[in-house]
Amino acid sequence: MSEPLETVGELAARLAAGATSARALVERSFERLDALDPALHAFLFTRREAALAEADASDARRARGERRSPLDGIPVALKDNIVQAGEPASCASRILAGYVSPFDATVVARLRAAGAVIVGRTNLDEFAMGSSTENSCAGPTRNPWDPSRSPGGSSGGSAAAVAAGIVPAAFGSDTGGSIRQPAALCGVVGMKPTYGRVSRFGLIAFASSLDQIGPFARTAADCALLLEAIAGHDPHDSTSLPEPAPDFSRALTGDVSGLTLGVLREADDQSGMTPGVHARVSEAVAELERAGAKVREVSLPHTRFGIAAYYLIATAEASSNLARYDGVRYGRRAADGAGGITALYERTRAEGFGAEVKRRILLGTYVLSAGYYDAYYRKAQQVRTLLRRDFDAAFEACDAIVLPTTPEAAFRLGEKSSDPLALYLADVFTVSANLAGLPGVSIPCGLDAGLPVGFQILGRPLEDATVLRIADAYQRRTEHHLARPPR
Amino acid sequence: MSRISRAEVERIAHLARLRLEPAEADEARRRLEAILDYVAQLEAVDTRGVQATTSVIPLATPTRDDVPGELLAPEVAVANAPSARGSAFTVPRVLDDEAEG
Repeated sequence: MSEPLETVGELAARLAAGATSARALVERSFERLDALDPALHAFLFTRREAALAEADASDARRARGERRSPLDGIPVALKDNIVQAGEPASCASRILAGYVSPFDATVVARLRAAGAVIVGRTNLDEFAMGSSTENSCAGPTRNPWDPSRSPGGSSGGSAAAVAAGIVPAAFGSDTGGSIRQPAALCGVVGMKPTYGRVSRFGLIAFASSLDQIGPFARTAADCALLLEAIAGHDPHDSTSLPEPAPDFSRALTGDVSGLTLGVLREADDQSGMTPGVHARVSEAVAELERAGAKVREVSLPHTRFGIAAYYLIATAEASSNLARYDGVRYGRRAADGAGGITALYERTRAEGFGAEVKRRILLGTYVLSAGYYDAYYRKAQQVRTLLRRDFDAAFEACDAIVLPTTPEAAFRLGEKSSDPLALYLADVFTVSANLAGLPGVSIPCGLDAGLPVGFQILGRPLEDATVLRIADAYQRRTEHHLARPPR
Repeated sequence: MSRISRAEVERIAHLARLRLEPAEADEARRRLEAILDYVAQLEAVDTRGVQATTSVIPLATPTRDDVPGELLAPEVAVANAPSARGSAFTVPRVLDDEAEG
């Protein structure tokens, strides 16, 4: 089997130097996929022939002296909730069986314009609802570090594909931690940009006020390249921000002196963090302090209500977004039977959705229903405001907040699947960034009993570059991101 | 005291257009109860006079010029339909349906 694919930066340099070709990279990618994915199950769909043809086109451009971007000829993977024209998009749900997208997501159109080669579509929790990739109708993805463990979720397939070196980069979506948490559990870098930084057009919606597309890679420097390719305003998404996307790579100075990092006061940390996670994260903070950053305590008193507010808001929005799966316009439809169209809707949705998706649709419908709206949904939105104010106040005192990505390293498959609430609590450190719309990145900061630990950096809205700069400075001084799964 | 009754679960399921088997409805009631118990912690937060956040970005609706552009062609729009005739989706009887639903 070929070696794990190197970083995007390294591969781009080797392509530019004529030391490899896009075809060779795509062939290596599929060689590893063929060898590893039967056990990992990171991919739901692949597009081998199309990818090889696109790689050849990239090589032809290079032969003519053209290069569309640093991503030209680089193989990448997409979470199976980001649509590509002519390709399936199932969201790991039976209800979208057979669906073929008639259009490109804006992110996909931009990646293709940049010359990136999409090799396949990765596994996820159904409609991105979960934190373990066990809620996939196609079965779970396994963690490359230990196949008895979960890769996290919901973007578990994308995280596992990068960790296993099948692709140097992949894309996911993060609604409550669905990029950062699997990145942490698989020992790779995962970034959730500022809400609105990246277009959501063509991202199959879960919770529209929280969803954001972002990259997975091995380094923060790669994430900067990937974000440059996809960020920016999109007329197709009225929530995409008008501010032009900066040159994220240029912000990576390696220098954190003059920056102040906020760490959470003990009283705010009610997480059940394991000693190993606490130790690794403390060491990472100390490393950045040695690099010249100042560290001070900050308080985010309302983050302890984050999970509760998140599940009310996310399920309410999901119940509305998922109303479109009715067996009429696309996807699976139940067999005709007694009753008119209402009965058809009810049977189609009963057969098509998995248990967790049904649970969330029911909760969301309940909290939006007459008599409960103020008590649950509006209350959660008010708590969201208080949480945002906490962050506003904290960012008066610091430039970024550093904390663990998850309270513990990768858990065993099946360990939490019997108790949804236990799994929800795994998102305790990640949901706040979604509620407040902040940029956040998770980077590897060492191992706990042989499993990766994630270090999370949150920034002010639109300060994605600061977050990446801190992550990159850390990676220049340490080697934790170079660790590979043991095989 | 239970926060949500079996009858309420069935009413919600109908609003959500989800048909639940009796065992599923029991399970859903038990799970929803656990989640509602958990989120009840929000009752302790003083939110008097606090604005609700519906979006983290300003909600001024952007406008653009009304310019004709490329849209999905009708045959493309129905290409994924489980059942279509020409450029139309086909569905079971709709009229009178709510009376029985």
